[in-house]
Amino acid sequence: MIIMSVPRFWRQQVARYNLVGTHCKKCGEYFYPPRDMCPDCRREGEIEDFKFKGTGEIVTYTVIHTAAEGFEGQTPYVLGIIKLDEGPQLTTQIIGIADEMEIGMKVKPVFRKLGEDGESGMIYYGTKFVPA
Amino acid sequence: MTVGIVSYGAYIPRYRIKIEDIARVWGDDADILKAGLMVNEKSVPDVDEDAATIAVEAARSAVSRSNLDAQRIGAVYTGSESHPYAVKPTSTIVAEAVGATPVMTAADFEFACKAGTAAIQTCMGMVSSGMIDLGLAIGADVAQGAPGDALEYTAAAGGAAYVIGNKESELAAIIEDTYSFTTDTPDFWRREGMPYPEHGGRFTGEPGYFKHVIGASEGLMSKLDTKPEDYDYAVFHQPNGKFPSRAASMLGFSKEQIKPGLVVTRLGNTYSGSCMMGIAATLDQAEPGDRIFATAFGSGAGGDSFSITVTDKIEEIRNNTTTVEELLADPIYADYAMYAKHKGKIRIA
Repeated sequence: MIIMSVPRFWRQQVARYNLVGTHCKKCGEYFYPPRDMCPDCRREGEIEDFKFKGTGEIVTYTVIHTAAEGFEGQTPYVLGIIKLDEGPQLTTQIIGIADEMEIGMKVKPVFRKLGEDGESGMIYYGTKFVPA
Repeated sequence: MTVGIVSYGAYIPRYRIKIEDIARVWGDDADILKAGLMVNEKSVPDVDEDAATIAVEAARSAVSRSNLDAQRIGAVYTGSESHPYAVKPTSTIVAEAVGATPVMTAADFEFACKAGTAAIQTCMGMVSSGMIDLGLAIGADVAQGAPGDALEYTAAAGGAAYVIGNKESELAAIIEDTYSFTTDTPDFWRREGMPYPEHGGRFTGEPGYFKHVIGASEGLMSKLDTKPEDYDYAVFHQPNGKFPSRAASMLGFSKEQIKPGLVVTRLGNTYSGSCMMGIAATLDQAEPGDRIFATAFGSGAGGDSFSITVTDKIEEIRNNTTTVEELLADPIYADYAMYAKHKGKIRIA
């Protein structure tokens, strides 16, 4: 079971489905997850929505053998940090065979089930990554 | 008014299981099964894939193939036997994930294996009437088959999506006409809350598949005054390799005509995705001017036939995204234990 309220997931849904983050037009920085305010430009910043291409590379990864509740059925699986081509880094599941993963490997996004709230609750969908 | 396919896309999970691996578990003879079914292996979803994720991947492939503005899509209809929710549309998930929301209509379709082609027909009507600019019709399934049942040898996972429009300059293929043949025939069903479908065994053949596939196919050719020789390719619903091959021969189509679309031998039966995957595989190879005859079948029962002519536009869009052949290549083979894990047949808690 994933402890996440339905409204909380729904608010982040478009960001999770379509990798929509933000971009500061003033300094050029990209943010994912989206930020409403540029931490450098502060009030001078000009934030706009930005849809990331989704391609990037593996910065680092680990193989999960002892999973958190709700993910027991998926072990072993790979959890990693991806650096998107535009700059932001995010923690995500990387689909594929653990032995074939490498730091620096190019990845692309896929649409997958992130989890579900038991058998009767909501199913959470979003983006994971696969070797490109 | 001209109506047709603006774009199309397909998705197949990367995992496969061979018939031998399933037969070993149930003590069946794999060689007899492979010869009888004309299926060698079937696709298996990953642990985090379902009909919604497959529908999204197929729809995104269709949108990117012709690089179209998803905001033009006025209707999203997803046909499946394995919608993840009993109540809550798969189609809204797809629409959000392709960026078609919010000014659009959506609904989920169910008609066993032909819900996706029913969605195509609905979109054809809606673009023809001017109700919408473009319609997105999808057939996607993580097909269910009870462990040990004959269906387990073929029930696979995959989907295909079609963007239907009516602006002739945009069409990669013109749908000249469609024809349906429908009766109330209880050859296959799944009751509410039940995990696996039931079927009438041999009863699914003659009164189910063949009656409706032949009925729809002959009906369309008679309506259009066409013959099998007028078509370069033909696709029939593929619950196994034998049924479409036999239907083709009964109607007078040759083995060569059905060859490009007969993906079932390496894919299995993707239920709502089956015929639509065959059409996609055929479009991947067809030349401008080629004619494709296609008939989907859904238990319950009905057949939807389509007469399609490929246009010059196909060459512009064809190679913009993954082809069915590329999706079939480079699989990861799962044994029965891995397959059981992926299909959720192992209960953890």
